[in-house]
Amino acid sequence: MIKVNSIYKLFDRTTVLKNISAEFEKGKTNLIIGQSGSGKTVLLKCLLGLHTPEKGKIFFDNNSLTDMKEKERRKLRQEMGIVFQGSALFDSMSVEENIMFPMKMFTNKNDDEILDRANEVIKRVNLTNSNDKMPSELSGGMQKRVAIARAIVMNPKFLFCDEPNSGLDPKTSILIDNLINEITKEYNITTVINTHDMNSVMEIGENIIFLQNGIKEWEGSNQDIFKTENKSFIDFVYSSEILKKARKALKNK
Amino acid sequence: MKIIKNIGSYFLMLLKVFGKFTKWNVLKSLIFKDIEVLIIGSLGIVSVISFFVGGVVAIQTALNLTNPLIPRNLIGYATRQSIILEFAPTFMSIIMAGKVGSYITSSIGTMRVTEQIDALEVMGINTYNYLIFPKIIALLLYPFVITFSMFLGILGGYIASVSGGLCSSAVFIEGVQIDFIPFHIQYAFIKTTLFSFLLATIPAFHGYYLKGGALQVGKASTVSFVWTSVVIILANFIITQLILA
Repeated sequence: MIKVNSIYKLFDRTTVLKNISAEFEKGKTNLIIGQSGSGKTVLLKCLLGLHTPEKGKIFFDNNSLTDMKEKERRKLRQEMGIVFQGSALFDSMSVEENIMFPMKMFTNKNDDEILDRANEVIKRVNLTNSNDKMPSELSGGMQKRVAIARAIVMNPKFLFCDEPNSGLDPKTSILIDNLINEITKEYNITTVINTHDMNSVMEIGENIIFLQNGIKEWEGSNQDIFKTENKSFIDFVYSSEILKKARKALKNK
Repeated sequence: MKIIKNIGSYFLMLLKVFGKFTKWNVLKSLIFKDIEVLIIGSLGIVSVISFFVGGVVAIQTALNLTNPLIPRNLIGYATRQSIILEFAPTFMSIIMAGKVGSYITSSIGTMRVTEQIDALEVMGINTYNYLIFPKIIALLLYPFVITFSMFLGILGGYIASVSGGLCSSAVFIEGVQIDFIPFHIQYAFIKTTLFSFLLATIPAFHGYYLKGGALQVGKASTVSFVWTSVVIILANFIITQLILA
């Protein structure tokens, strides 16, 4: 479980995150949603330790990330898997090499064991017959699958996904969402997804926090979305007039 | 102020490069890969430039020898001195700042803008050591490139002189051997070793701390070439003052 306790983050005297508190539960898909510039990527980077909050604390299974020494932080990072917005695959390595990379860096397994595990996760993300392809030869959806495979190859306790659906068509987006959701349940990990894709919110949003201008405006699950009266959240979810009218009609029924 | 901040960041970066080391098996393959790209991949351009510049130095010297009292073996002597003391170590390094430096800046810069460096950091890897240290080690072989450049430069001068009828083969070789000071080779190697470190680290600095997108990668490559060249010229002046003056 990840617990965020009243964090503040500033950039050049501009407060990007204001008093954010949240709990991201184990075995659930936790979503951070909001408009572009709402601070969701900054929050994700704070969770990853790439940014240090000016105030407040972040706990990973009751261990404070902010108080950790560099060595402890490196150890924790080996328990994290991350899927970046642009996949961030190493473009000088093949699919197989990308997936084997964390194991080569951090385990003492021999080459056969590493290859076996890589093939196992390649099969899990439905990417067979692509082992020797280079990232540039893959479609966006396939690149995301490789990124997911690389993120889970070390059996992480925490999985972070930054806009996993960006640049993907709706059908592929649903496949990627479902894959992340299945992996979360299968490995019983804490998954945090940063998104503004409403399809993802409705499909897999078990625990959602909504950010606006660096403030947490709303928290709930995909089941609570239709019941909420929070104006900012309603404006975000029902961003078009057609959707607003549809909501009104549903409520009146 | 920005320059002072950048100089400070550069030295802090160097400290981090020698911080937590990457696993040897991985580091070894990165070093060999960098040797292939940075050293072996540069031999072609070094050969062509050295050979023809050596030839031009010999022709220019010969054309300026209008006084019959000056011996023709000066052509070989001037070619040797120009190539060994300045052309191979210094000017070849500036050419390498364009070739190798741009490659280092753009490859690390692209990794920065495509979040590959963030991915490495999140894995708990010391990205400074992983990305920059192999390049420093690979470029330790740079003095061999310069040896190659020296040989080809003098060979170019020899072929241009003999084939152009500027002097005989024996006279050119006599000029190459005359008043030879072996310490000049050491001086060239000392310079080259320092330049190789600058060639690896200054472009890496510009790539690592890059902010923005693809356009900034191109700009950073240009800026890194300019700064690497300036620092090489300044370092050349200081080393020459310290060692030869």
